[in-house]
Amino acid sequence: MSQTDAPTLTASAVPAGRVRTPSREFWRKFRKQKIAMMAGAFVLLLVLVAICAPWIVPFDPANYFDYDALNAGPSWTHWMGVDALGRDEFSRIVMGARLSLTAGFVSVALGAIGGTVMGLAAGYYEGWCDRIAMRLCDVLLAFPGILLAIGVVAVLGSSMANVIIAVAVFSVPAFARLVRASTLSLKHMTYIEAMRSIGASDWIILFRHILPGTISPIVVYGTMRIGTSIITAASLSFLGMGAQPPTPEWGAMLNDARSDMMIAPHVALFPALAIFLTVLAFNLLGDGLRDALDPKLDR
Amino acid sequence: MLVYIVKRLLGAIPTLVLVTIAVFLFVHVLPGDPARLAAGPDADETTVTLVRHQLGLDLPLPEQFVRYVGRMLHGDLGLSLRTRRPVSREIAERFMPTFILTLTSMAWSVAFGLVVGIVSAVWRNRPPDTIGMTLAVSGISFPAFALGMVLMQVFSVQLGWLPAIGADSWKHYILPSITLGAGVAAVMARFTRASFIEVMKEDYVRTARAKGVSERLVVIRHTFRNALIPVVTMMGLQFGFLLGGSIVVESVFAWPGMGSLLVDSVNARDYPVIQGLILLFSFEFIVINIVVDVLYGLINPTIHYQ
Repeated sequence: MSQTDAPTLTASAVPAGRVRTPSREFWRKFRKQKIAMMAGAFVLLLVLVAICAPWIVPFDPANYFDYDALNAGPSWTHWMGVDALGRDEFSRIVMGARLSLTAGFVSVALGAIGGTVMGLAAGYYEGWCDRIAMRLCDVLLAFPGILLAIGVVAVLGSSMANVIIAVAVFSVPAFARLVRASTLSLKHMTYIEAMRSIGASDWIILFRHILPGTISPIVVYGTMRIGTSIITAASLSFLGMGAQPPTPEWGAMLNDARSDMMIAPHVALFPALAIFLTVLAFNLLGDGLRDALDPKLDR
Repeated sequence: MLVYIVKRLLGAIPTLVLVTIAVFLFVHVLPGDPARLAAGPDADETTVTLVRHQLGLDLPLPEQFVRYVGRMLHGDLGLSLRTRRPVSREIAERFMPTFILTLTSMAWSVAFGLVVGIVSAVWRNRPPDTIGMTLAVSGISFPAFALGMVLMQVFSVQLGWLPAIGADSWKHYILPSITLGAGVAAVMARFTRASFIEVMKEDYVRTARAKGVSERLVVIRHTFRNALIPVVTMMGLQFGFLLGGSIVVESVFAWPGMGSLLVDSVNARDYPVIQGLILLFSFEFIVINIVVDVLYGLINPTIHYQ
């Protein structure tokens, strides 16, 4: 603040790097957390692998069968070994990254969009709109998520798309509550009042001026939610209600590996590790984002 | 207090009604004719008509709903399509194993989570904290079904110490409860730590320290109870997670409970059983939430019931 009343100090005298914009402040705090940085790098690598999967895999993940090496352990040709049907485990894990990340990102994105619109409307207009929305959230939260997902699958049939829909549906209430709470506190700010007094429409106020203020809790919660959603999707596939064989989905692969656990534990080990490391990366990244974005927190 | 409990019970009624309607409509949004499903794939047209009339499926929807609720209140949830036995009996047989499994998992995971959380908060940013929080973040990242398979492989197959499947003796409970509780223990540890750190910044804790109260007493007398308030709420939410998690864990350990019954019923398209189970799971969750609210009031003296 002291710069403003010092006449000699012009804007050009302050090096661009010194100005504390919110994004610079975030980056400064985030960079200090080595674990979160590593987790972030790992997530980026996973996304890259998922996008390039068809060009990375050494063997066809579903239609290549090596009948001479059933349940064989890791080797130079098959980095993660071979499963009970003779398929290359590494290729299937790599292709599986695609499915799991898609399930995580798409379901959370759908849930976040739905929940944000609902939360903005509920928080801004209050009244009956708010009451109905929150009642609906209570009911949705009254169902354990996986139960709701099983219900959806029982109605619509077993498939990965239905699992994504189910996971998206039960992500909505949590996002709605989060956004509603931020909206309630933001809408009484002076700058919103100013916007209203110059005649800005509700639409502009909500999406241009309130929404940006709710972004950081959405990002933090969303990141952690991706991890949970990947586990839920994998759990449903494990139960035979999500991706169907021979789709190389990590949960389904673990289920396939169950019958040969005694002779070929490596077939179960790699999908389990893949799920664990992916979810761990999202959780650690979420923790780091929270610490960097929450101004109240000091550690 | 009593007024509060009654109020809370009355407040749950709209949720109960909505859940019941959703579960009732469940069978009607299914693709295909429920009467044909009940009659079986080989039934001819007359049998289907007969079954439709017998089940009251030819009545208007609101009337069907009233009959459904009426029968439900008498404990009649229809017949299983698979075994032709009453759904209520099918579920009753499976209720206790799931209930005990949930309780044992909750007990150890809350105790363990509280201890790890408190230790981490007291020795914040030092080795115990690092170890505790590494364990906790791994716990929330490791899927329950994978953990179950690993435990089974190590303790049942390789070491042969514990039985792998079934629910016949107390030994059978060990591996499934560890598997089911691990995620909850991790969440509880993280949450307890955060709550403790928050409370330890309060003025009254500083006052206690300033007047020379030993650190041990500060933690036990001044911090514990206040930090516990949000933790109890979290515990209630985690119960729902356990109920959901039991579905997956029971499937891994071939546990004769409601979760594996639900999975089998979904795979066999046994809709009356699915309907009954979803209803029961939801009711259980709502009841637990009420109990948690009451507990919350008991340990938090700042809440007044009007």
